[in-house]
Amino acid sequence: MPSPTVLPKLAPFRVHEVGGAGAHAFAMVQAGAAVGPVVYICPSHDTDRLLPSGVAQLLPPARLMMVQAVGEVDLLWATEEALRSGAVGFVIAAPQKPLSLTAGRRLQLAAEAGRCTGLLMIRDGMGSNAAQTRWHCAPEWRAPELLGRDSTLHKWSLIKNKEGTLGDWCVGWNEKARAICVVPPVGQRREAAQAAL
Amino acid sequence: MLSVWFPRLASDARLRRRPCDAPFALSLRAGNTDHLHCLNGQALAAGLSRGMALADARALCPGLVTEPANLASEAAVLSALVHMAQRWSPLVARDGADGLITDISGVAHLFGGEHGLLEDLHARMARAGFACAVGVADTRGAAYALARHGGGQYGGGVAESDRILAAIGRLPPAALRLDHDTVTGLERLGLRSIRDLTQVPRAPLARRFGPGLMLRLDQALGVQSEPVSPERQAPHYGVRLTLPDPIGLQSDVMAGLSRLLHRLCASLASNHHGARRLALELRRVDGVTALAEIGLARPMCDAGRMAALFARAVDDIDAGFGIDQLRLTAPVVEPMAPEQMDQTRAVGADKLHDLITRLGNRVGFDRVQRYAPAQSHIPEKSFLVLSAAYTDGDEGEVLAHAGRPLLIFPPEAIAASGPAPPARFSWRRMAFTTAHSTGPERIAPEWWLDDPAWRSGLRDYWKLETLQGRRLWLFHTPQAPAWYVQGEFA
Repeated sequence: MPSPTVLPKLAPFRVHEVGGAGAHAFAMVQAGAAVGPVVYICPSHDTDRLLPSGVAQLLPPARLMMVQAVGEVDLLWATEEALRSGAVGFVIAAPQKPLSLTAGRRLQLAAEAGRCTGLLMIRDGMGSNAAQTRWHCAPEWRAPELLGRDSTLHKWSLIKNKEGTLGDWCVGWNEKARAICVVPPVGQRREAAQAAL
Repeated sequence: MLSVWFPRLASDARLRRRPCDAPFALSLRAGNTDHLHCLNGQALAAGLSRGMALADARALCPGLVTEPANLASEAAVLSALVHMAQRWSPLVARDGADGLITDISGVAHLFGGEHGLLEDLHARMARAGFACAVGVADTRGAAYALARHGGGQYGGGVAESDRILAAIGRLPPAALRLDHDTVTGLERLGLRSIRDLTQVPRAPLARRFGPGLMLRLDQALGVQSEPVSPERQAPHYGVRLTLPDPIGLQSDVMAGLSRLLHRLCASLASNHHGARRLALELRRVDGVTALAEIGLARPMCDAGRMAALFARAVDDIDAGFGIDQLRLTAPVVEPMAPEQMDQTRAVGADKLHDLITRLGNRVGFDRVQRYAPAQSHIPEKSFLVLSAAYTDGDEGEVLAHAGRPLLIFPPEAIAASGPAPPARFSWRRMAFTTAHSTGPERIAPEWWLDDPAWRSGLRDYWKLETLQGRRLWLFHTPQAPAWYVQGEFA
């Protein structure tokens, strides 16, 4: 079992996948931890847009360059170009269709060639077998009487990992440290748990 | 010296584009009235003249077609004519707003003498649609006088060498480029021609009218010299390569292109310019021209990088039966000062610019964007989206705001009522139960702008944390009661 308090880092120079309602926050946090410019590639018809004053809490918007691709082919081409260019540190892309194994492998090769980490924001159940890891992220509500009020909680589940084990983490954003921190899971009393069994 | 005068420059240029078979004039607003600025032949024949008030002209000639004059385009036409006149001599300059002066010493024999040159000039100007009068003389002043007041063959006249006074003696003093007061003063004295001026003592004339009159007279008669200072032409960025045998392989085209790029970049670098757009025209043996065009994210004059950026555009070209001519032009250039070499930063920045170029050429430069701050308290207008190719990253930083969501979208209405946030609601076909709400934050519309999205008036923004986990940004419009979802927090 991985440590419940230490969040595994994304393997560098590989392409990862993330899904769920908290995918954007996950992507911004991971991009903020990387070095260099960040390219964000989204379909041009997408109405959900990043708001820079909100993004600035996780990642300086000056590092961000957006590309609006008109079709799925252009989106994948732009992702590959950005990964291969060697000029950017992190690439986020939001493909609309499931990726074929060939496309996934091409992106992995481009990421290795350009020494750049990629993150695909996929819809649920659309992952590619070529992905290094796949995460499912969702914002979480926790009653304030348990651990105090925290309105930044997310549940990050590692649901596929090529080199390692899976796990679940509950994370929150620490405003002072400007970093993500793992919140310990809510303790269940041993007696109550055993009684429940 | 050869002086060319275009008596109807502006209207000729306008009628060249859209001919008009009626009296036509361009009008210019001076002070509070419109005056005729330039007329065509039919308008002149109808008795109109330059400088006449437009209302008078309309009364005299009811069928007059008029249009406002554009002085900037008139100057552009004249500079195009300067370029054209370089056919007859390398030393060409503009002379006033409607004339050219050319030094043709030593070139007339190339056209079969002065008369051959004048015939060639008149034929070409007539084909281009410009009426002109030409004066040829040994001095610039005499050529000017003959062109504007000569009235001989070709509208102007030719003064034989060392017989200048004989040619221009009969012309009025106004032909000497004098100001209006001097001309009137000379009229009052009864000096009605240039010859009269040479026959009276110089000293009293100079005392009365100033040294300018004597200077102009001496310049016209060749006592004082007056050279032509030709204008510097804007550098032309175009190179071509013609091949004895047609080529068809992509590698051959790239090899030809790289030769052209080296020549183009040398001329760009010598003028401290960088190309912003490049066009490669490939003429095929069947007469069809294929065009490969790229835009560049930064002004650039580096042949190696440009060739790499051209690769994709050249890839799409159909060579047909072969290509026998390559022509490379830089239609858009920008000034580019020489830069200090910088080992650490330059390489990464160059790679990023090349990436922007490649992305921009495929998806469009307006779709490769960066954020910049904007002066507005309205959340959706608090930032600008700029094309990454036209920003330097020095527009400033958008500041973080803890009360703003990560994602924003056009407001989506939900079913709820009352000023308090709903306890249960459904959005995007998902049911939510409110667990905690923060707010309201009231944001007033910008009353100085009429934004259709803000016609519903004030907005009270709430951050709603739901039991389902998602944290949404809702607003209530108290002046037109309704609830909307506009964003989602991280």
